[in-house]
Amino acid sequence: MSHLLRLLALLVLLAMLPSTSHGANLETYQFSDPAKEALFRELIGELRCPKCQNQAIADSDAPLAKDLRDQTYTMVQEGATKQQVIDYMVARYGDFAHYQPPVTAATLILWLGPLALLIIGALVISVIARQRRDSSELTAEEAAALAQLRQSSPAQDQ
Amino acid sequence: MTEQTSASWRWAVLALPLLAFLLLVGFLLRGLFSDPTELSSALVGKPVPTFTVPDIYDTSVIHSEQALRGRPMLLNVWATWCPTCRAEHEYLNQLAAQGVYIVGLNYKDDSRSKAVDWLNTLGDPYQLNLFDESGRVAIEFGVYGAPETFVIDAAGRIRYRHVGDVNERVWQQVIGPMYSELMADYNGTNISMEPQS
Repeated sequence: MSHLLRLLALLVLLAMLPSTSHGANLETYQFSDPAKEALFRELIGELRCPKCQNQAIADSDAPLAKDLRDQTYTMVQEGATKQQVIDYMVARYGDFAHYQPPVTAATLILWLGPLALLIIGALVISVIARQRRDSSELTAEEAAALAQLRQSSPAQDQ
Repeated sequence: MTEQTSASWRWAVLALPLLAFLLLVGFLLRGLFSDPTELSSALVGKPVPTFTVPDIYDTSVIHSEQALRGRPMLLNVWATWCPTCRAEHEYLNQLAAQGVYIVGLNYKDDSRSKAVDWLNTLGDPYQLNLFDESGRVAIEFGVYGAPETFVIDAAGRIRYRHVGDVNERVWQQVIGPMYSELMADYNGTNISMEPQS
């Protein structure tokens, strides 16, 4: 029991560690303007490292991720807006470079897929529910057929 | 609801998950054979980005995007820390010997002397050697590794981007035909440098 508690405590502690602690060293980026720093942090969390499949450039130790952080830092310091930085990256690395893909024919399934699944699920449930309700009452013909079956079946067993 | 429509509803409900399952199987099966590291290049069809970069042999000489205009060429991104670059280097030497015009972009190498050593010992297939120490030029090209090879037309427009080594197969099937076609156009129209919009 005490083992379990200790394990639990450890897990809680681990969960409380800031998520960037295992990622890249961001201390080198100094800002005098807190708004720019906030924008920089937001951007590096949203921009995807092209080299490392599924990491934001904030979390990756890949040299390319560092270069892209440097680039983001430079642009933010020069006063670029969020959209300008994102456009810059997407123009060079494609939609892959941003964790929020634009709505296009190719990405439509990402945006509408969950909604479509919800609708299909609701349809299936309503159809099943309707069928159950319909089949719970027998028509007069069905009742007669059932009664006949009940009478005849013991005879068949012998 | 009549019995008949109820039955067809039943079939539809039964068939729907199967259909969804088959679609999913098809989708995932395709995923098995696709290479997730291969990104579509956002720059294909666009003019080469603007840049300035020193020459690898003489850093006082500065090249710009102008060096990538005027004739069809390949731009090969390489570095000495990249084993695949070593693997493709001999093939690039062969292409250069056949008269293929290749520009080299040395990407974030350990040191300039190491890169120059490589060219001196393994041979230099490049008509021009760009030295991108910081990787800034590579970012302009959307490079995310080495080797990468771009096919650039005479108007300085990027036509194709190949990720990975250029070898016999890649050259015969993809890059070679494209390059030959560009060369035929180039020789046919004879040095027309008008960029088409």
